[in-house]
Amino acid sequence: MSVLTVLIVVLGAIFLVVGAWYVLTRKDLLVATIASSIISLILSVFFLILQAPDVALTEATVGVALTTIIFVVTIRNTKRMEE
Amino acid sequence: METVLQYLGYFFISVGAAFLLLGSFGILRMPDIYSRLQAGTKASTMGSLGMLFGIGFLEPQWLPKIIVIMIFILLSNPISSHAIARGSCKSGIKPKLNETVNSYKRIAEGCEESIKKEE
Amino acid sequence: MDLFLEIILGVVALALILSFVRFVKGPTAADRVVALDTMSVTVISLLALFAFMFHRIIYIDVSLVYAVLGFIGVLIIARYLEGGI
Repeated sequence: MSVLTVLIVVLGAIFLVVGAWYVLTRKDLLVATIASSIISLILSVFFLILQAPDVALTEATVGVALTTIIFVVTIRNTKRMEE
Repeated sequence: METVLQYLGYFFISVGAAFLLLGSFGILRMPDIYSRLQAGTKASTMGSLGMLFGIGFLEPQWLPKIIVIMIFILLSNPISSHAIARGSCKSGIKPKLNETVNSYKRIAEGCEESIKKEE
Repeated sequence: MDLFLEIILGVVALALILSFVRFVKGPTAADRVVALDTMSVTVISLLALFAFMFHRIIYIDVSLVYAVLGFIGVLIIARYLEGGI
């Protein structure tokens, strides 16, 4: 494992923490959904670096497409802004 | 012959990485959402196509899958950028009006007229 | 040519950083969706680059799945902004 791969892992860890902070604290739930999608994106890169391509495939399918669709339909049926 | 293909592949990978960097720089520096969309979608499409094409030169037996990926990127990226532009225009985000360029204003008025027509 | 691949990895990581800064700063939700779209395309290139670095063709399939399914999330968020779904 090279130096820049380690740098990408550290960078992805920072992205994960900032994205989780956004999911936890934003009042706009649509922004929280977008942050959740970015977390799934970075997590898939992590699974690929750890040499588990099947888990990365499942994470890509479920995290990007299915979770976003379910969350957006739920936001549409309830309210967008948290009180 | 091998080395010529390798150098060609490295050249395409370099061009692709440069376009990706320029697209992300444009998405950071542009003033409003429509120009950000312009920079972020077109430049990154060109960048990813260049990088995938270079990897196809370096590993020639991977070329069919890479061509499929390139076709899907060419199909799906304009669709998503068009949907974002249409959604942000209909949700009421105005472009920052510049006095010297009048086409922005005309586009904004045209969009409002189309919304009224649908209502 | 290992040094070349290291430099390319650094450039792609810098592109990811700039897109993520736009996600943090963006005033409206639509700016954040644009940042998500650009990050998705950049990650497709990054996965293909990792497949070339590790010399395994199975890693290309993850990139293929991202290219097929990655725009559905962006599309449905844009339809919600439009008021459509």
